[in-house]
Amino acid sequence: MSSIRDLEETPVPAPVLESVADAPVSGGVPRLRPSRFKRTAVTLRPLLARPGFLLGAGLIAFVLLAAAWPQLLTGYDPYATSEADKFLPPSMAHWFGTDDLGRDLYTRVVFGARLSVAAALIAVGIGLTVGLTLGVLSGYLGGLADEVIMRAVDVMLALPPLLLALALVTAIGFGTIPVAIAVGLGIIPGFARTTRAEVLRVKILPYVEAAKLGGAGWFSVLLRHVLPNSWGPVAVLTTLDFGFAILATAGLSFLGFGAAPPAAEWGTLIADGRNFLMTTPWLSLIPGLFVAVVVFSLNHIARTIEEL
Amino acid sequence: MTGYILSRLGQAFLVLWGAFTVTYLILYLLPGDPLSIMLGASGIQPGSLSPQQLDVLRAQYGLDQGVVAHYFSLLGGYLQGDFGRSLADNDPIRQLLFARAAPSLELAGSAVVLSVLAGCGFAYAVSLVTWRPLRQALTRLPALGLSTPVFWTGLLLIQIFAFDLGWFPATGNDGIQSLILPAVTLAIPSGATFAQVLLRSFGDVWREPFIVTALAKGLSRGQVQARHVLRNALLPVFTLIGLQIGNLVFEAVLVETVFARVGVGRLAQEAVLRQDMPVVLAIVTLAAAIFVVINLIVDLLYPVFDPRITRTPRVT
Repeated sequence: MSSIRDLEETPVPAPVLESVADAPVSGGVPRLRPSRFKRTAVTLRPLLARPGFLLGAGLIAFVLLAAAWPQLLTGYDPYATSEADKFLPPSMAHWFGTDDLGRDLYTRVVFGARLSVAAALIAVGIGLTVGLTLGVLSGYLGGLADEVIMRAVDVMLALPPLLLALALVTAIGFGTIPVAIAVGLGIIPGFARTTRAEVLRVKILPYVEAAKLGGAGWFSVLLRHVLPNSWGPVAVLTTLDFGFAILATAGLSFLGFGAAPPAAEWGTLIADGRNFLMTTPWLSLIPGLFVAVVVFSLNHIARTIEEL
Repeated sequence: MTGYILSRLGQAFLVLWGAFTVTYLILYLLPGDPLSIMLGASGIQPGSLSPQQLDVLRAQYGLDQGVVAHYFSLLGGYLQGDFGRSLADNDPIRQLLFARAAPSLELAGSAVVLSVLAGCGFAYAVSLVTWRPLRQALTRLPALGLSTPVFWTGLLLIQIFAFDLGWFPATGNDGIQSLILPAVTLAIPSGATFAQVLLRSFGDVWREPFIVTALAKGLSRGQVQARHVLRNALLPVFTLIGLQIGNLVFEAVLVETVFARVGVGRLAQEAVLRQDMPVVLAIVTLAAAIFVVINLIVDLLYPVFDPRITRTPRVT
């Protein structure tokens, strides 16, 4: 997914970007490469034309903001209990209603984003670093290293990922971090596979060969030519796995393996509300709907990037 | 062909052994002090015991033998079908599993059947829709099914069909009535996956040359779809059924917890909460075994459904 190729394939509205798209190609005049900013703008332009993508991206931005500065988005204290306000249905004062201790549910969801997003980031971080390293080594070095790494990855792929997570949580205890590590382990093999395939595709391209013949060391070829051009499918997988990690950590914390109360991840919120399902269904249904919408947005973003 | 079957069998055993070993390593080597976890799981306060008593308990749990000997004694037990005893109530694990296997198999089996039927039926129906906006919206729908936390779907279904409408019981496992809601819940994510893959696969098969031939012979689009496209497009779904079992196992843990059903999934959840390591080891190994066996069956049946793969030369 090189940016130059994107530039040429993307249908560009002529009047706005004529300086870029309509640059003289013929006549033997070498075309100047547009600035990085302009290239990015041209790549991103078709995304802006998709309302679904914008909506999803907006929601993800909201979630990331909630994870970084939850205080910005709500005036309530997530742990302040209030006997008089318990079990209030959703209203203008309490958007998502209040729980059995009178805590504002919207605030709890916003503050829960910090733990849930952190868990997903850790999980994807582990999967990305370890998987990427394994995949690059395996694809770029080939030979024995490839053989050994891919056999190990095959065994990992042959096991249901979240089963190992159960074992890992039993061994290292409960909490956001153990759950995140357990989920992260499960997504390593997918990353390793995808990266390896991409590296194998890129490393035989003419410009890589040219760089090698030009005397560049293997590491700098890897870093400057192979990696930057193999990130496309990896980026899509990262986005998808971010959604998977949110779902998986929510599932594990729903089972009671997550953060200890009163801190609450999204999964814990759903589990807590479950006890009052008959009388106050919104307590677990609203946080769950929120999780579903977030994961669907990530899914949609990944698909849109893939189609681009 | 016999060679292929033997090598696949050997591979399956190897993976299973790998699963057991990795799980053992995680459970017994990762924690600094497995004994204190095990004592906690058995409901004993480690601080209240004298060193002699601790030694006795260590011997009882087999932790005095050293890691290698312990590993091989456990592995030997597993090969003979003896999974050891639960820490919490000292029951033989095999008995625990047998008592709970039937309801879990019922749930998983009906969910698999339901997800294949619903997923493929949905994809087939969507492929017949010709109005573009509707078709596009329906194509995105499976992604929504995949994005929804399965335990939340369960809660939603309980709220609607048990509390509001009163059609089905909310929890428990007595009879078919109580099986419907959990099975539907469990079937949604897998069904969505099947639908997604089948829709993609439809698109691929429509571009094959033999479709052009079929159309040229004068078959209508519907006839081509039913006779030529569907049978070829189903092949990836068939492979996927085996792979989906892996996700299904974890989702079954969630669904059994939501619907308060007695089953292996609930047992797993309780065992992890109590840190009952032998039970967790047994359940993970057993689930891996089911996963491996089903994938083995799928692999061995594949040539029956797609004779092409036995005729093409093997590349690797």
